[in-house]
Amino acid sequence: MTIPLIIYRSLRQHALSTLVTAASIALACGLLMTVWMVKAQSQRAFMETSTGFDGVLGARGSELQIVLNSIFHLEASPGNIKVSDYEQIKKHPAVKTAVPIATGDNYRGWRIVGTASEMFTGVAYAGGKKYEMAQGKIFSDGEHAHEAVVGSFAAAQLGLGVGSVFHPSHGLAHASGHEHEEEYRVAGILAPTNTPADRVIWIPLEGVQHMSGHAESAHSELSAVLVQLKARPAGFQLKEYYKRGERLTFAYPATAIIADFFNKIGWFDRVLALVAFVVALVAAGSVLASVYASMSERQRDIAILRALGARRGTVFSTLMLEAMVICALGAVCAFAVYFALMTGVTELIREQTGVVISIMAWHPVLLWCPLGMIALGAFGGIVPAVKAYRVPVAETLSPLS
Amino acid sequence: MRDGAAHPHIRMLTVRNLTKSFTTPEGAKVRVVDVADFHLDPGAQVALRGESGSGKTTFLHLIAGILRPNSGSILIDGAEMTSLSESGRDALRAAKIGYVFQTFNLLQGHTVLENVLLGMSFAPGGADGVRARAMLGRVGLSHRLRHFPRELSTGQQQRVAVARALANRPKLVIADEPTGNLDNRNTAGALDLMKEVCRECGAALLLVSHDDATLERFTNVRDFTDINRMDNASRTPWGQPRKPGESAPRIVE
Repeated sequence: MTIPLIIYRSLRQHALSTLVTAASIALACGLLMTVWMVKAQSQRAFMETSTGFDGVLGARGSELQIVLNSIFHLEASPGNIKVSDYEQIKKHPAVKTAVPIATGDNYRGWRIVGTASEMFTGVAYAGGKKYEMAQGKIFSDGEHAHEAVVGSFAAAQLGLGVGSVFHPSHGLAHASGHEHEEEYRVAGILAPTNTPADRVIWIPLEGVQHMSGHAESAHSELSAVLVQLKARPAGFQLKEYYKRGERLTFAYPATAIIADFFNKIGWFDRVLALVAFVVALVAAGSVLASVYASMSERQRDIAILRALGARRGTVFSTLMLEAMVICALGAVCAFAVYFALMTGVTELIREQTGVVISIMAWHPVLLWCPLGMIALGAFGGIVPAVKAYRVPVAETLSPLS
Repeated sequence: MRDGAAHPHIRMLTVRNLTKSFTTPEGAKVRVVDVADFHLDPGAQVALRGESGSGKTTFLHLIAGILRPNSGSILIDGAEMTSLSESGRDALRAAKIGYVFQTFNLLQGHTVLENVLLGMSFAPGGADGVRARAMLGRVGLSHRLRHFPRELSTGQQQRVAVARALANRPKLVIADEPTGNLDNRNTAGALDLMKEVCRECGAALLLVSHDDATLERFTNVRDFTDINRMDNASRTPWGQPRKPGESAPRIVE
């Protein structure tokens, strides 16, 4: 109990510097864990979010753009394709399901996507889970139904319920874009899926194609076709087939394209990680500075302890432990910082992409980061501990006589 | 081994041919302690008269094992201090010696009770709350256990220092000007208390002081200058009492 008592009293005596140092450790460690977790989890979450489709047929352009536009409902599509392209791929023997989508409208900034009701009935979006309706029913297909199915997140944000009506606006983003004449009625609200589908207002494909003000050519056009395959290898054959043509791109495999994207932005992760590491080093430095600063006034206390029979090793380990305790305090508080930051960041990612990252998920970084901070604290404690080790007892205690 | 405390021939403290020199900042070697023979029987109470700069604090530091001598022998209750490693000396000091300093050297960040407990915790028996409370009760501070040293009067602080030095049941208590910070009215009471408690605990007491009011409380008073053969020339450069805050000269052992 001796060493804990000495440490406790010392931390109490220097309460302000203890708190400031522990807080800086908490911030550093919380930041490091958040960066790491968002990085690790978002990559996994995005790769798992292929919403059940293996590939996407779109206009000639970047595969990433096609995937982002049609699966993640981000970005614009590289161009339109013809309904006949859809009919052709749908008949391909390797294709299990083909679902057309058409984009180009929004309601108050929330993307309106035209599709077939098959999207909700024929496709498992993740691990065998099919779309379910939280309220109401799926829209009726066709040009004149003017019904919509709203994703759970969009519905909550827009305050839409079954029976609500709205006017779509032209364009992907909420600008001063002109409002279409048609009035749509909400037929159903999707149960939450934790996928980008939660952020979308779904209407029948024909509704987008024939929206007043859209060009005549839109009637026979689509943005993309989402494709489920019977057998994976066929995807590469399709990819080759469309590559030989000039108008179309078959983005395949969707998960690999997302993985590739994350590899491309890997430098950003590394910069973030570097920043977090530097913050951690600065925090360790602050432990050193804080404990070292208290050393000049503690020199005498240490000499007294030595005179009472404490060994050099004892005072050395006391100082080391004290630095580690400050770090441990910070590491515990780091979890509060972590949960606060994660709540904000995951909410932001959900708002922007519909991808949901779990806050409660386990990752080894949650163990080694706090332990690493404590180890860094021990490292920072070495300098003051050596100083304590070297305190000249006789000189410090009494005037020579 | 025979019981040292019970046997009259085994002394509590035996010092022989002890020398200690320091190197001054100018590089000159100055012999501060040169004691040919000094001993203390178990339970004895001896006061040494010594002026500032006479080497008495250094002598006490050597006995306590805080400093190492250049040569000579120090036997504490049959154990040779000078042949021990530093951690061995720390352990011997923790187990056998209680130290009362002129400035009391209480740990300001710790309560009265914690000061006494810390004084015990490095010895083999470890901290014993019952014993610590009993010692503080003996010096009349039962009502001050949770107070911090700065909340006590100087006299009370001195009593905490006495309780701390004796809590561990040491065989030898060393007191270096223990009343130096007390006024005359408190001095006599503090010394009588210290002597009584040492007697009750069976500890020998070795006190050094330059103060006549202190020394007259002892029947066995010896002149430190008779014991220490340090030459007068070596009293400089730090023979004069230092002013508060002035740092000690650099010691090269």
